[in-house]
Formats: sequence, C-alpha cells, structure tokens
Amino acid sequence: MNEIMPGLALQKVDERIMTLNVGPQHPGSGHMRLIVQIDGDYIVACDPDPGYVHRGEEKMAEYRNYILNIPHLERPVIHDSCNVLYPYVLGVEEILGIEVPERAKYVRVIASELNRCIYIMYWLAIYGIFLGHSTMFMWPAGDRELLIDLMEKMTGARVTHAHFIPGGVRNDLPPNFEDVCLRHVNYFEKRIKEYSAVFYDNPILIARTKDTGVLSRQDAIRLGTTGSVLRASGVDYDLRKKEPYDVYDELDVHTNVMKEGDSYARSKIPWLDMLESCNIIRQALQKMPKSGSVRVKLKPNPKGKGLTSVYKRVESGRGSLGCYVVSDGKPEPYRLKLSVPSFRNLIALPYLLKGEKLGNMPSVYWSLNYWPVEADR
Amino acid sequence: MSVIAPNFKLSSFIKSLLDNIFWILLLLVLIGIPLVFMVLFVIPLPVIDGELLTPFLALSWIADPSRTLPIIQAFLETDIFRVMAFPGFGFAALLAAGTIFAERKMMAKIQLRVGPFYCGKFEGILQLMGDGLKLISKEIIIPAKADKPIFWAAPVMFVAAAAAFVALIPVAPGWVVADVDLGLLAVFAVIGFFPIITILSAWSANSKYPFIGGIRALFQMVSFEIPLILSLLGVVILTGSLNLSEIAASQSNFPWIIFLPVGAIVFFITMLAELERIPFDLPEAESEIVAGWLTELSGMMYGLVQLGSYLKLYAFAGLFVVLFLGGWNGPMVVPSFPMELIENGIEMGPITLKISGLAPLLSEVITQEMLNGTLWFVLKTVGVIFFIILPRGVFPRIRVDMLLDLGWSKLIGLAFVNIFIALGLLYAGVLGPGGLQ
Repeated sequence: MNEIMPGLALQKVDERIMTLNVGPQHPGSGHMRLIVQIDGDYIVACDPDPGYVHRGEEKMAEYRNYILNIPHLERPVIHDSCNVLYPYVLGVEEILGIEVPERAKYVRVIASELNRCIYIMYWLAIYGIFLGHSTMFMWPAGDRELLIDLMEKMTGARVTHAHFIPGGVRNDLPPNFEDVCLRHVNYFEKRIKEYSAVFYDNPILIARTKDTGVLSRQDAIRLGTTGSVLRASGVDYDLRKKEPYDVYDELDVHTNVMKEGDSYARSKIPWLDMLESCNIIRQALQKMPKSGSVRVKLKPNPKGKGLTSVYKRVESGRGSLGCYVVSDGKPEPYRLKLSVPSFRNLIALPYLLKGEKLGNMPSVYWSLNYWPVEADR
Repeated sequence: MSVIAPNFKLSSFIKSLLDNIFWILLLLVLIGIPLVFMVLFVIPLPVIDGELLTPFLALSWIADPSRTLPIIQAFLETDIFRVMAFPGFGFAALLAAGTIFAERKMMAKIQLRVGPFYCGKFEGILQLMGDGLKLISKEIIIPAKADKPIFWAAPVMFVAAAAAFVALIPVAPGWVVADVDLGLLAVFAVIGFFPIITILSAWSANSKYPFIGGIRALFQMVSFEIPLILSLLGVVILTGSLNLSEIAASQSNFPWIIFLPVGAIVFFITMLAELERIPFDLPEAESEIVAGWLTELSGMMYGLVQLGSYLKLYAFAGLFVVLFLGGWNGPMVVPSFPMELIENGIEMGPITLKISGLAPLLSEVITQEMLNGTLWFVLKTVGVIFFIILPRGVFPRIRVDMLLDLGWSKLIGLAFVNIFIALGLLYAGVLGPGGLQ
C-alpha cells in the first residue's frame, strides 16, 4: 500500500476480489457508504464511510443560547428526539443550577420511554425489510402510530417534540392522560408480543441470524460498543441502572442481557427493551405526583456562572448518549460535544463483517442499532 | 393549477377530432380496403357451413346475426385462437393480472393496510393498468457499457420462454396449444432456458449488482432443477406417459397427491425457488444487491420481465394442478344445456324463436365438459397460486448457502424417496392392472 496523498492510498487488489460500493444510494445502506470487498460470496474487508449527513450540530450550538439550542439538537435522531435532548437538558440544568420539580422528572421518564419504543419500532421495521420480511416492516410501522398519537397528545408534535427544556418539560400533561397512556401502552405490549410468533420464532430468521456476526464479550468491551450491542454480548450495562438520572433510581428497571452476541441476540434485545419500557411507564404513571408544577420559570437568556463544564449521559434507544457542555458565563455554550452511541457501535462493523457472507451484510449492519444521521451529527 | 391548457377551445378540439376521423376514413377507403382485397387473393378462404367465407359474407354478419355464430365457431376452432386467447396467452395473462391484484390485496390484508385503493372505482381494481401504462410511457435507459443487442433481447426472450411454457399446459380435455407426446420433457426443456436468459441479461448489463444477482439466479435455478425433475418422475412412473393431457386424464378417480404427497411437497418448494418467490427471492434481494439481475432494466423492459415471471407463475401452478391435483377432473357442476330447446327453438304463439348455429357451437366447441373442466382447472390453479404467494407475508429471505444445502442435500433425497414410493405402489399392485386404476 503506498500513500499518494495524506489519507489517500492506492491499494493493490487481487483479481478475484470485487469492490462494491454499498450506498449511499443503495436500498440497504442508509445515509452512508460501505466499501465492501467480496471474494465470491464472502466479505474480505468492509470499510464504513459515514459523513454524508454531517450538519455541524455542535458548531451550530455555539451560536445559540441554551433555549434556542433545543429544537436543532434533536435533529440527529428525530425518532428518538426526547432521549437525544435528555443529556443536554440535564447538563444545562447543572450549569444553570436549577432544581427540577418532581412531577416533571416523572413526565420526562414517561416521554423518554415512549420515545425509546417509537425509535425501536422504526428500527425493527427496517430490520424486517432488510431481511426481506415485508410484514415485519408494515406491522411495526403501523403500531408505532399508537405511541406517536400518544406523544402528540402529550407534546403537541408527532415526531420532533422539543419537549424537554432546562428546568422541566414544556407543557403539563393533558387532562386524563394517565388513563389514555395506560390503555395505549397495555395494547402496545400485547401487540408487540405477537411479533415473536411471526418474526423472532421464525425458523428461517433463526437459521439466518444465529451465529452470524458474533461479537464476543471481550471484543464488545474493547471496541467500546454500547447499548443493545453491548448487552447482547453478555455485559450487564444499562445507564438507567448504573448511573440513574432523574427518577430512574426510584423505579424498578430490569436489564435484558443475552450471552450469544450474534445478530439474532442483537435484534432481540431492543424488542425485550420495549417490553421493559412498558413496565417502566406503568410504574412511573403509578408513582407520579398527581399535581404540581412541571417546570421552573427561567430568566430570559439564562447564563452559567464562570467557566464550568459538565458531562451527562443517558441510556437512549441505541445506547449511552453523552453530552459535554462547556460554559464560559455567556448565554451561549462555549463548546458542546455530543458523544453518540451510533458511532461507537459502527466501529464494530468491519470486525463483524470480515469473513461473513454477503447475504448477512444487511442483518449484521442493522443489528448494530446504528443511525447514520446521529453518527454524523 | 389548471389541467386544461389555457387557450383551450372546445370547438377547435371537436374540429381536430373530426379532421382525424375524416383522414382515417379516407385512408381506409383508398388504401386499407384495396390492401385487404389484394391480400385475399393470396390467402385461401375458409369454408364455413358449406359456404366460402368471402369478405361480403364476413361483413354480412352485421346485418344478419344468425350468420355470426358459425363464423365465431370457425374462429374458435383455429390455432390462432388457441395460441392467442383461450388456453394460451390471453387466458394466462388474464389469470396473471388477477394474481398480481390478488397478491397485492392479500399482502395488504396480512400487513394490516389497505393496498391499491383509488385507481378504478372498486378497491383499486385498475391499479395494474395504471402501473402498466406508467411502465410503457417511461424512458428505457440502457447502461453505456451494456452489451446492447443481448441486453435488449433478454426480456423478450424471457416472455417468449414463459409463453412457451404456458402453451404446454392443458386446461380442459382437448384444450391445449401444443399437445406434445413428450410434454413433460418439453416442460423441462423450457424451464432449462430461464437460467440462461437470466445470466445473459445480468452479464450483458455489465454492472456489478446485476452480475451478482444473475450468478445467484443461476445457482438457484440449476440446483433446484434436479429435484424438480426427480420429483415429477413418480407421476410418470405411475401414469406411464409423458403427455400432460394423458397424465391429467389418468387422474379421473383420484389425484396423484394422495399417493405422492412427498413428491408434491418437493415440487412445490422447488417451484417457489424457480419462480424466485419469497423466501427464495435471493436473485432480487433488495437490501443486499439492490434489485439483483433486474437492477439495470427500466421501463417496459422491466415490465416485460414482470409479465414473464407472472406467466411463469401461472404455468407452474397449472403444472402442479395437472400433475398432482387431477387437472380438469372434478364433479360435474355445470348444468347440461337444454339441447332440445336450442335445436327446436321456443314457440311463442305464431313465432318460433330459434338461433341457428347455436346447437353445433354448443355441441362441438363449447361443450359441457369443456366448461366444467375449465372451471375446475381455474379453481385449483387459483388455490395453488394462493399458496404460492402466501409465504411472502410470513417468511424472511434465506441465504445462498442455506438454499444450496436445501436443494442439493434435502430435496434430492426426498425426491428419491418419492420415486421409491411410486415404484413400490406399482410393483405391489396397488395401482395399475388389478389395482385401483
């Protein structure tokens, strides 16, 4: 290999090896490119190439004050918009020194868990169509509407809620929300349990995804994967339990762990997470204070005191999502850095795909719980 | 946004219509009719009811409806009708169109959605027509590096091979386009063309994804052709004939699926693989290789391949019906025609209402047996097609290595088991002379 320019290398390729550009206009890639080298049906090397949807979210945040940053910071993952805002909001609260009302914390937990389900349903739909299972695309995409309607009642927007603000949430719950939420969540749980019959217990699916793309426990830790990928490899790690934020320490959170570390386990963990989310929502609805304030009145253009920095992280739909905020006493953050789970999980892809068959590429790729837009920010 | 052009005038529109009609009539009279008469000098005229079918006679049916029926009967007995309309292309294309519509609606019901809904007044019944018109009106884009003559020819060859397959399927007693004595061998020969056409189309596109798809299709079709042929040998052993009409006629008492369920299952699975249906749709696996060997086809070239694959679907379902489900045999449900009434006419006082020419038509061409046979054949074929499209809602796609393992090690073994069952039945005397049949 000889470098003709910094970062640009010429590579001598074997005659037998064919280079495929999977993406960015490939139906199985998302907003990214995988440079895959195949020898017959086997993948020799895979080089993921993200960066097609880089939007400079972090730089943008330096020119807006703490409140104006809210709507654009949830754009990296609009399907998981509450969770992607969560660490930012927690961090800003610490910088500004705000104490959040108890009811707001519970509302945040409910919104966050609902949003996790919405995200995982979308992810599951695409996982289904990547395996050629069109029913598994339509069912989650349809059942997702149930929770989206719930979020619309709660926040006023269907996808991009901008609901979490420093000091609480934007609006109080609508009247009679608790009953509607309980009913929707119970039905949703019953519905997703039906998926196991058509998808997770399907013999063809099991034969296709068992023992493919195996990520061992040590490798999962060494590569720095998080979330469902880490838990599918047998590591019991969930920030809701390990570093409880808001009121998660008052709730009974159960972590789903599987030991196999293959593509099947990685696809089943998010589904189990959804069932767990339903439990958490029910608990939160029970323990929530029935009345009270949901936000602290902020001064216009709130400022931090002196040079402070804070790093907060939460368990999002894909894994631990961190936000590092540096304040120098101005209304705008001096620096904002998002540490996203998608990029951490993508690092595992070249190792998993090496020696794998081309037919396993979509299932292994999407089982990493990867969201291209989030990785690029 | 207005749909009608801004300077649209109804009068000028009508005038242009009338202009067109005038020119069409003028050209027809000056060129068309003389041309017809010139051609008629060369072609020998057919004799119908003892009369020579001259153009005057052909035109006179407009004035005398009683002459229509003999002409229709003569037309129904020609080969061109068989090829184009009834057991051939038109009938198959109609069933294929129905299959596409039923498939889309059925998948929609399984997946809790509506499916085609707006095109046509009732449940989107004209959606297929709209899709076809769209495909026809689209531009055909040929890749710059493609091997153009072969790339153009492949879709046409695909439809031609599918139509040849359709021609071999007997629909009712005596109603088959090509009644070949070695019909089953001819079917194998035609099936053998599909992988060649697929790889020609894929390779000539000179593109990576079609090439991988074509290789996959080649693997799949070649490895499933052997269990396909072996699974049908059981039927041939029991029937003692390769003629599809004779095989269908031999099942007048019971269909072969009762004795050869293993062969039927093997044939059904190989059929799914040959048709590239889910779970065996690897050559068109969207998330892996875009659209497989169809990636570079555009416009009506893609439409032709789709038409061909649905014709193939009908032909395979028909073959399954003929070989295992008894073909056209079934209880007589079509009522017999009131022949006395048709021959003598209905007396209504002084007037006798009688349609001459109806009696020979009903006793020679459209007989009770033919209608009954067609009815049962269509019902059974629709049932088989239902089971062919059902896995699409339930199964994900399988992988190449699993597919080859299934084809080479499992299905071939089962096909041999089926042959031994057939031989055992024959030599034990259950079937054949002294046995059930």
